[in-house]
This record gives sequence, C-alpha cells and structure tokens, in this order.
Amino acid sequence: MAVCGSACGTNCVPKDTEGEEGERLKRLSLEEESSVRRCTKCAEEEARKECNGLCAGCFRAYLYGKFKLAVTSNAMISPTDKVLVAFSGGPSSRVALEFIHEMQSKALACWDASNSQALPVFTVGVVFMEECNISDELSDQADDVIAQIRSIVSGLSPPSKDLHIVLMESLFSSDLRKLVGSINDATGREDFVRHLRMLSLQRVAFEFGYNKLVLGLSASGIARHVLSATVKGQGYSLPADMQYVDTRWKAPVVLPIRDCLEQELVTLCNLESLKHVQVHDKRCTSINGLVSSFLARLREDNSSREHTILRTAGKLKPFNFNKFSSNQYEYVPSRLRPKFQFIETGEPESSEVLCPICASPLTATELATTRCSQQMKGLNIKEMEAFYLSCCQSCHFQILPKEETSMSCDGFFDLLPKPMVKRSLLRDEIKDYLLEDS
Amino acid sequence: MEGVEASEKVKRTTPRLCSLCNQRKAALRRPKTLEQICRECFYNVFEDEIHRVIVENNLFKPGDRIAIGASGGKDSTVLAYVLSELNKRHNYGLDLFLLSIDEGITGYRDDSLETVKRNEIQYGLPLKIVSYKELYQWTMDEIVKAIGLKNNCTFCGVFRRQALDRGAALIQADKIVTGHNADDIAETVLLNILRGDIARLSRCTSITTGEDGPIPRCKPFKYTYEKEIVMYAYFKKLDYFSTECIYSPNAYRGFAREFIKDLERIRPRAILDIIRSGEDFRISTTTRMPEQGTCQQCGYISSQKLCKACVLLEGLNRGLPKLGIGRKKVCSGEDQVQSKRHLENKALSFHGKHGNVEWKR
Repeated sequence: MAVCGSACGTNCVPKDTEGEEGERLKRLSLEEESSVRRCTKCAEEEARKECNGLCAGCFRAYLYGKFKLAVTSNAMISPTDKVLVAFSGGPSSRVALEFIHEMQSKALACWDASNSQALPVFTVGVVFMEECNISDELSDQADDVIAQIRSIVSGLSPPSKDLHIVLMESLFSSDLRKLVGSINDATGREDFVRHLRMLSLQRVAFEFGYNKLVLGLSASGIARHVLSATVKGQGYSLPADMQYVDTRWKAPVVLPIRDCLEQELVTLCNLESLKHVQVHDKRCTSINGLVSSFLARLREDNSSREHTILRTAGKLKPFNFNKFSSNQYEYVPSRLRPKFQFIETGEPESSEVLCPICASPLTATELATTRCSQQMKGLNIKEMEAFYLSCCQSCHFQILPKEETSMSCDGFFDLLPKPMVKRSLLRDEIKDYLLEDS
Repeated sequence: MEGVEASEKVKRTTPRLCSLCNQRKAALRRPKTLEQICRECFYNVFEDEIHRVIVENNLFKPGDRIAIGASGGKDSTVLAYVLSELNKRHNYGLDLFLLSIDEGITGYRDDSLETVKRNEIQYGLPLKIVSYKELYQWTMDEIVKAIGLKNNCTFCGVFRRQALDRGAALIQADKIVTGHNADDIAETVLLNILRGDIARLSRCTSITTGEDGPIPRCKPFKYTYEKEIVMYAYFKKLDYFSTECIYSPNAYRGFAREFIKDLERIRPRAILDIIRSGEDFRISTTTRMPEQGTCQQCGYISSQKLCKACVLLEGLNRGLPKLGIGRKKVCSGEDQVQSKRHLENKALSFHGKHGNVEWKR
C-alpha cells in the first residue's frame, strides 16, 4: 500500500483502487465501522431485517419477479383478456391487485409507445364480495371496509378499474343465511361459504363479461389448503385447487402470487404503505382454524416449512383442467408454445366428475358408490336424491343435512342456489350417453 | 310437580343401553364412532374389524410363519393377543412368534422386555430377542451419549427396521406384523408432507410393504384407533408396558401427534380421513422416485449405494454423529475403503421368499 504522508485522513484510499471499486471498498469499510448491513443483492441499500437480507427495492423486485414468472410461464393473461381480480381487502389480494395493476400499466406504456398498436392491453376489474349477512361477522364494520376498498381501488393510478361491490345474497334467490345456518358442522359451514363465494365470483365474472378470475392465494394459503384437504379425506382432489390455472370454471381461475409467502406479502404492504383492510383474527373452532394455528407453530419452528409443503403437494398429479386449451395460447409466439402444457382443441375433455357443491373431482370409489345407489333407486329417483348421491364424501359428511338435524333434506335442497343444483342435473341428463372410461 | 321430578329421577337412574345389542348396559363411548356400547359389543366390533381387514387385504395364508414385532407396549401386546385369538377362532392356520428388539435403553427397554417375556408365557408364543449390541456393537444409551438427543430417533428407527428383518430371518418367518395403528399412519402421512418426502408418502399407507423384498411386513391395525387399543387392553386387563421412551421428547413426530389429538377432539373420523387422503394421493409421473437396490456393504435393501444403517454406523464408528443426517453427501472413494476396515465382514445369509440373500456385516 502506498504511503501518502501525514496529511492523509483515515479514509485514505490507495490510488490503484480508485473509481467504482474504490467507492465500494470505502463503503464497506464505513459499514464495518457503523455495522450497517447491505443488501445481499445490490450491495447498495441498507438490508432490511424483515426482507431476508434484501433492501426494500430488491425485496419488491424479488416478489414481483415471482409474480411475473408465474404469469408468463403459465400464460395466465393474454392481451385480449378481461381480468377480474377478487379483492378481499387483505394483504395477499392487495399485492395481487398492485402487481396486476403494475403489469397493466407497463403493458399500456408499451402499447402507447408502439407504432402498430396491434395487440390490445388487457383490462382489469375488481370485485369485493360482501358476506357479512351470511356468516357471523359484524355487519357494522362492513361499511368501513367497503369505504376502504373504494378508496384503495380509486387510488390506483390510471388505467382506472371498475369496482364491483356485490352482496352475495343478492346474486341468488335463496335465503343463504338460513342455508348456511342450517349446517351443523363448523368446518362444513366455512367450506360451504367458500364454495358459495366462488360461485358468486363466477356469476359476477359472467354478468360483466370477464373471462379470467384472479385470486390472491399465497403459498401460505395453499399450504393451509393442502393440510386441510388432507385431514378431510380429500387427498384425490387436493391438487385441483392449488395449481396456477384452474379451468373448471367458465372464467378460469389463475393464481399469480401462488409462490409468495403470506409473511412476505404483509412485509411488502408495510414497506410500501399499501393500504389494506385489517383482518381480525376470529377464534375458529373448526378444522380450518386448527390447521392455521398448526401451520403458525410450524412456521415458528422453521420458516421454510410452507414452501416444503407446497413442494410436496406440487409433486401430486394435477388434473386435465389445470391447464388451458391450446387456443388460449394464440398470443404466445409459436416458438415458445411447446413450453406450455395444454390440451389440444379436439382432444376429449377431462373425464372427471365433479361434486356439485365443492367442484372437487370424485374418486373412483365415490363414483362407483353413486352409480350403484342410482341404479338401485331406478327411474323413480327424486331430483334431491340424485343431487345428494352425486356429492363427494366430504360434502356428505360436513355439509349435507343428516337425520338428526333440524332442517330436512328437502328443505336444504330447496334452499341451494340454482347454479349449484344445475351443475349436477346437466350431467344426469346426458349420463346415459357418456361412454365409460377404460 | 312430584310426578315430573319422579320421572326425571327415573331417567337419571335408568342405565343407558348399548346401542348395538340394546340389552346390556353401555360401558363406554367408542372413540372411532362415539357410539355408546357395552364391553362385549366393543370386543366384538374391535376384533371383527381387524378380522375383516385381514381377510379383505389377504394379509396371510395358511401355513405362514408370522413374526409379531413385540415391544411390550400396548399396540404389540394387543396385536399378539388379538392375532392369537383370531388365529384360533377363524382358523387362519398361522405359526405365530414374538420378535423383540433390545435397543439397549436402560430403565425403559430392559423393563419392557420383561413384559414381553411374560407375554410369551401368557399367550404361549415363542419369543426371539435380537439386540443392537450384538448386531451393531452399539446400544442406544451409547448412541445418545455420542450424538445427543437431537437425531437419536433416526438412529433407533433405522437400526430397528433392519434388526426386525434380521431377527425374522433367524426364525425363518414369512412375514412380519407390527402394531402400527391408525394414529401412527396418520402421523406418518402428515410428517411426510411436512418433510417433502414424496417417496415415503406414496408408500406409507400401504397395509403391506416390502413384498418384493425378502420378508414383507404388514399392519393389521392400520384402521384401528390408538384410543381403542388402549381401551381394549384396559378392559381385557392385558399386561403391557406403558411408559414412553425416555429419549423421545424431542422427536419431530410430536408436532404431528399433538395436531392429530386436537383434530380427533373436533372430528374423530379425521384420522381415517388422513389415511384415505394418503391412499388417494396420485404422484405425478414426472416426479423422480428413488429406485430400490441393495447396499454395497451389507446387502440390505437400499435406494442408495450404502443403506442408511451402514451410513449411520459408519458415522458412529468414526466419531461423525452428523453423517447421514440431513442432506449431506455420504462418504466416497477413499473414505469408503477406510470405513470397510472398521467393520467386520461377516456373512449372514437367510432364506428369503426369492431365494438366499447374502447379507454381509
């Protein structure tokens, strides 16, 4: 090292390390003195403790990168799509909304700059489902929540988005509160509300012309679903609800933040002051609540546990409906299309028979039991009986009424939303003409 | 008013009848179904369910020599008792033996082995005891002293599995039966999900495993609840050892066990539902699964070059307690040569279903 003489201060840097490298070394030596940890990625900004050694900027880029990879590698959104984002107000769906908005803004900027403007930019709408009249949530908070939702959506910079605030019970002509209240099992009640929610979202998508539905389901949410489905005996249908794409529905459901942990999304909301609705922890006596607290304990023991659960379940075989048909990829360059697994138009569609309540594929045993029972009852089978026979074992146990409940089977059936009943009847009308799978 | 009080008093003093036979007084609430039944009906449904599992899954054939893995605990004691009873009642035509493993845990295993010795006399079944000391030259007490309490269950489980096979080979058994119950299997399903072990997840709900190996093993208690086994042992006054292993408190399985106990309180059938889920999981064809081969050192079944027992033993002998724990690579090349010098080569052959297998030690 060159000797500079007594005039030099303590921050003297040798001549041969001047410039950028010199700046970096200078910074590092200053850091050692002030013990400030730098971002492990850019080494420029201060690393945030809650960001796994990254600075706020790199942390955001890391999460956005996961989102973008999920969208592009699964061709989730194409230019002509009209996308409906299900926004509950919570941090996960808030980030999903933020990222979709950013993607749309970037696409619009590209379109503006493009000479040809041949490809359009996808449009985005937002839906908030109001459910407090059906479940036991406090209805006096509902107005505050709705006001916050409106404020959040209107605060998103252009392009503006249509916001649909929908009262779930207004979508169907049934008394949903009475229907949900008649379910004795606490877990069954929660799951039934979840199925109603999906039916409602699909209804909104259909009425307003949306062709894709985005859910803000995170890796943590999927880990919870994996354990919940396992303990409810739904091992066969478990993969159906956790893939990036689900085309069981008229508006296919996509999960763009599937690879992001809930904690990461909460951190991002805090870092960027993304307004979201505070979700109050309800005391759950259900299996879903037990699974949530179990997962929380596992997370304390090992923060990577949720990813491991996701990875394990990711090795289970998905269903045919967990990929798009080939015409969904018309905007993907032909050289890239072989990368995507899709059903060729013209191939036979999925032969899975779905439960009319939860839309889960039935196992071979459940199907055999259904067919046997239907054959025994013969032509005189009532509509209600046929419907109940076509449900999965899990819905049978935790949702459908039993002999000792206050509501009769007929009463329960009469209250079911028509789209739920219709799903079962459509197959019954044509079942005699469907060929058996080999 | 007096009439109402009198009828209420009659209601309280009238004993509840068994919901199955409607004759005898109900003595218990069945954990699996919450039915209130009498003792005799409980014995019948308990034994009958196990018999149906045996028959429907073709677990045995007449003339089979069956080694019952017996630890002296409630599961293996009840298993030995029930299998012995059903063998006589339904003429299975089986030769039953008790096979015990002495891991060398002072204050635990030495006490439980006394129970097994009593079972030998009580049930009239021949007993064979195989110890870790004679097989591996290490007791669990010595292993725990060397490695601590973090991964000791891994060592014990791996060594016990091989010890059972070796012991069964010595008595020329055709099959091993173990007392793994529905709670155990449900815990294993959950553990394998939590740990990302897709290979084990695909196998762990099979009622019979190792059918392509020398000695298959099966679990007749696959659908039997642990609480019902305890109840059966209690009412039948069976002699069993009920203390938990002194080295087990830190086992990761404890997480899953606690969760399942809480689940059972909310929904008793959840235990069977977890097993059903495990049976229904379909593994994607693109998932890479391990291929079964044999250990280059001892000839035991293994998906790697060296079986886990050899790797762990090598670690113990070389003073490397973490060898084989976690995802680190096993030793290679020169180290393998060195490790062979540490272990004696002793051929142990046994008659397997598919011919003799050379098993070096």
